[in-house]
Amino acid sequence: MSQLPVRPGRIRRAPEGFLTPEQVGDVAAGRRDFLRQAFAAASVTALGVSAAHAADGDPAILNLPEHSTSLGRPVAERPYGLPSQYEAGLKRRESPGLTRVAAASVSFAPLQGLFGIITPSGLHFERHHQGWHDIDPARHRLMINGLVKEARVYTMDDLMRLPSVSRIHFIECGANTGMEWGNVAVPTVQYTHGMLSCSEFTGVPLSVLLDDCGIDMKRAKFVLAEGADGSSMTRTIPLDRALDDVIVAWGQNGEMLRPENGYPLRLVVPGIQGVSWVKWLRRIEVGDQPWATKDEAVHYIDLLPDGTHRQYTSIQECKSVITTPSGGQTLLDRGFHNISGLAWSGRGKIRRVDVSTDGGRNWRTARLETPVLSKALTRFNIDWVWDGSPAILQSRAMDDTGYVQPTYRQLREVRGTRSIYHNNAIQSWKLAESGDVSNVQAY
Amino acid sequence: MSRLTELALVAALMFGATGSHAAGRYEGIGRAATPAEVKAWDIDVRPDFKGLPAGSGSVDHGMEVWEAKCASCHGTFGESNEVFTPIVGGTTKEDIETGRVGAYIRGDAPQRTTLMKVATVSTLWDYIHRAMPWNAPKSLSVDDTYAVLAYILNLGEIVPADFVLSDRNIADVQKRMPNRNGMTTRHGLWDVKGKPDVKNVACMKDCRTDITIGSSLPDYARDAHGDLSAQNRTVGPVRGQHTGNATAAAAIKPHPALELMKKNGCSGCHGIDSKVLGPGFREVAKRYKDDKGAESSLSARIRKGSSGNWGDVAMPAQSQVSDADLGALVKWILSGSPEN
Repeated sequence: MSQLPVRPGRIRRAPEGFLTPEQVGDVAAGRRDFLRQAFAAASVTALGVSAAHAADGDPAILNLPEHSTSLGRPVAERPYGLPSQYEAGLKRRESPGLTRVAAASVSFAPLQGLFGIITPSGLHFERHHQGWHDIDPARHRLMINGLVKEARVYTMDDLMRLPSVSRIHFIECGANTGMEWGNVAVPTVQYTHGMLSCSEFTGVPLSVLLDDCGIDMKRAKFVLAEGADGSSMTRTIPLDRALDDVIVAWGQNGEMLRPENGYPLRLVVPGIQGVSWVKWLRRIEVGDQPWATKDEAVHYIDLLPDGTHRQYTSIQECKSVITTPSGGQTLLDRGFHNISGLAWSGRGKIRRVDVSTDGGRNWRTARLETPVLSKALTRFNIDWVWDGSPAILQSRAMDDTGYVQPTYRQLREVRGTRSIYHNNAIQSWKLAESGDVSNVQAY
Repeated sequence: MSRLTELALVAALMFGATGSHAAGRYEGIGRAATPAEVKAWDIDVRPDFKGLPAGSGSVDHGMEVWEAKCASCHGTFGESNEVFTPIVGGTTKEDIETGRVGAYIRGDAPQRTTLMKVATVSTLWDYIHRAMPWNAPKSLSVDDTYAVLAYILNLGEIVPADFVLSDRNIADVQKRMPNRNGMTTRHGLWDVKGKPDVKNVACMKDCRTDITIGSSLPDYARDAHGDLSAQNRTVGPVRGQHTGNATAAAAIKPHPALELMKKNGCSGCHGIDSKVLGPGFREVAKRYKDDKGAESSLSARIRKGSSGNWGDVAMPAQSQVSDADLGALVKWILSGSPEN
């Protein structure tokens, strides 16, 4: 269990890192004389100032740090900026044992440390089916063929001249939270919900390109999207989706897509599971039947209790999760806390998010932070004063169709426990008296 | 007919409702694809076999291709669970008759194999042809693709050992696929306006009293994801918990070759100490301990592929490994694969 004492926040006011666990106990027990001595001793040895001086206040204020008394570093020293060295722990990570081949695997976004709704491009989750490539954009082509008047080819030069749109959308893998269908399996929100990201994408609406090729609206029912990588990943998309808000995108958060996210071209299919957002997009075919490709006939099919598989399950239904505090974290102290999380729906906008701290008995409505956009992550926050007693934290989202995120019990009653995909159940985090938060399923 | 409806109709006629307008409405952007270009990329095969090229392949020939190019990952009989989930297994003669996999209905399937899941034989042809072998996708000829698929189908007892699969008889094979009647599209998760199957109501007060903790995180699972304190920020309202023998792990730095081994896909088939499909690396080091030419011969065998030195399973050529990685890996393997 955690090394932190019951009310660790109290001792954080002293200089960091010089108290032993026993001394921490003394502080918690109110033996303040000791604290003054330790404070002074640490100041003398570690910081080289007088004991009297340190006792006047926080050495972080009283002793000017080097960054306040020296020259800083020049512009363009790092021409492409990087996060602070102190942020190194927040990075995408694999879940050990989930897959055996790193080229056909997943890395999860560190949702436990992210703010707002935009995922930094370098922290966007990854899912590759046969490894990633960094493709020369000058050699990349997009072809559109099938039920069109004329099969056409576009270069990146062509595409980037067309009228473009920029829209913020979430992308969630259909298997996100898939490890938890049967039981609690992983410790933190990075691993339970981290196959989720949200970016501003820039590109040309697919409808513009289909129109440019003279799509045969009488016969066309579906389109097939195909990647240029070794797996040439393919997915069928119904025509009404394809003509609605689908984007052939090259931009992500103000710059080009990252190679791991499909540079130089990917499909953005708002509200639909990530596998349909084909990366390194090379071809769109227009047809009148679904294709039953490997990733819609062998994988991404949902096993039901009666032994059938649902095929072409695509919509990411309304879902939410509390990211702070969340599994594997310890609250520093009792008192005021901002419970913060993310909500999203593949069917539209988030209308409301309710939060419970007693395992679902009573709920309070959280604040939705702007912007609240269709098929995008929405950040919610709610004030909370923790009195130090055990609690179970949950969030429950509702979208603008009126659909309410279900409990595990409700989900399993219909879909059983053997599926891998489309688990959008309410997540529970158990908070112990120690301040430790852990992953549980309460229903 | 209102004026507005009339206008809408005219617009629909002009813009593609009949497919009658000319393609290429953005001047100077895009061009017509040539027939050869469409042929080169339009490789998909649908369940109605649209797109399937003419050709054929026997089970016997399929076995030869399989042993050379597929068995190293999938096992000799498509049963291996070492690198990918198994392709073959879990289906019965009765399943072939009914088109429903009984193991799902009985609920006694320990694992789902490809043949237990796939309803359409076209899916397998399409995928093998477009994406296999793993490290040399799209390198199988049309006839080799038929042959490999025939071999898989024979392992699943869907076709006999003397079968020759072709574009002319593949529709008959479809009628024997074990899970051909096991898929449904009757659900609300394809259409954005589809009806949800699970319902909750937004109760706000005194909602239920029988709340139980149905499942908690086991200790081993908490520790299996490394030190959670290093996966959280060092300031803010929370800290990550110390897990996974944090101090011991931090003190010992893993050897960089372990990362190279993972990155280049070696660990799919090789352990450090243990045989997986290929030999463990320390076995290799032991065998070539006194061989001065081992560094170059081992490099060549990794680069070009090799067979017959360590049992039945051939190692495919690893063309994806960079020269620098290859050199570092070979040196590390021959030095006994130190882990830190």
